[in-house]
Amino acid sequence: MHISEGVLSAPVLVAGGVLAAGGVGLGLRRMTPDKIPAVALLSSTFFVASLIHVPLGPASVHLVLNGLTGLVLGWMAFPALLVGLALQAVLFQFGGLTTLGVNTCIMAAPAVAVSYLFQPFAGSLNRILVFVSGALCGALALLTSSVLIALCLVFTGRHFLEVAQLTVAAHVPIMVIEGMLSGFTVLFLRKVKPEILGAAADVISPA
Amino acid sequence: MNLDPFSRGTSALHRRDPRVKLVVATAYAVVVAVMQDMAALVPALMLAVLLTGWARLPWRPLLRRLLVVNGFVAVLWMFLPFTHPGTPVYHVGRLTASREGVIYAANLTLRTNTIVLATMALLGTTPVFDLVHALHHLRVPEKLAQVAFFTIRYLDVIYREYLRLRNAMRVRCFKPRTSLHTYISYAHLVGMLLVRSYERSQRVYQAMLCRGFQGSFPVYRHFSLVRSDLVFGTIMLLAIGMLWLL
Repeated sequence: MHISEGVLSAPVLVAGGVLAAGGVGLGLRRMTPDKIPAVALLSSTFFVASLIHVPLGPASVHLVLNGLTGLVLGWMAFPALLVGLALQAVLFQFGGLTTLGVNTCIMAAPAVAVSYLFQPFAGSLNRILVFVSGALCGALALLTSSVLIALCLVFTGRHFLEVAQLTVAAHVPIMVIEGMLSGFTVLFLRKVKPEILGAAADVISPA
Repeated sequence: MNLDPFSRGTSALHRRDPRVKLVVATAYAVVVAVMQDMAALVPALMLAVLLTGWARLPWRPLLRRLLVVNGFVAVLWMFLPFTHPGTPVYHVGRLTASREGVIYAANLTLRTNTIVLATMALLGTTPVFDLVHALHHLRVPEKLAQVAFFTIRYLDVIYREYLRLRNAMRVRCFKPRTSLHTYISYAHLVGMLLVRSYERSQRVYQAMLCRGFQGSFPVYRHFSLVRSDLVFGTIMLLAIGMLWLL
């Protein structure tokens, strides 16, 4: 999920850059040297996962998984997603250099928000609670991201209002898929490797 | 996963110092991103086309990327001329396109294509590892550079892991459909990828500790800034400065 180069106005780009720098700074401060490989490898995993296309009726959607990123990495989602987006900008020309800050905020701010909301429940022993919190994590993060995209567009110019509405509407079906997938993934992780979900716990409340 | 298809070339642009290219590309993108005037955007696009030609990028992947970018721009063209208030120029059904809207969309198209071309010509011609190395020299926070380094290093490893898991699913007759079974399977695929890369990261860190890792990477290879790099950087920055003043 990203906004291309050359679309947004200077104030929006600057605001995004400043906010992203703050978030990345916080994330880096929580990232002790022993966490660097884990953050980086999870960052490349989320990069690879975003290449997966999931069928939805006649079309297919690709995964975003920023809610899951937040759940696993907490504030460190900021540097992880910044790196992922920078790579996409340089390697595939998705997004761009000047929109890096804005795009990082669009993806990472909802990720951090849902990690605060749902982290306490993701480790629960109740399977339904785990699934529901994972699903809400995925769905709400994606919804918030699309709303942030819409806001960036509308702050650039009022005439983007229709495009912005279309953006949010287009993300509703993807939100359902993301929610389901995130829910099942969290359930899987809870069963197979609960440390990954717990990894963010000491990230959110720094020891 | 072929990460940087444009980086293996022999043009003069390929040989420029990555630090210079990074600085020039950033300045170019920032200046063009805030440009409002077509009189400045057209020369800016011409300069980007010139750079692309100079880099002798393979045209097939180049066109494919431009097509992807302009697909998004095309969606904006369906809206912006009609939603921007101003003097009417043409009608589609009940909708009226305004002159200002068309100009706005045209400027946006020019900006997007200029930045994309310039980024491909300047950064695409640099191997990604050299870019991270350059970031390190340009005083980007060390931990961030390390995350970038490891992310790139393991991108292909994890991509192969993904292909292996997907092949395993195919062998077991998995066919993606719009069904709960498909979504659960994909969720487990993502979960398994996360588990494997998490475990791999633990092993990587242990191996680093064994080799005496103390929080920073020693850098042995250094870039050498030669005179042609300085000439190139100065000319480019002057040109970008002139575009900004236009």
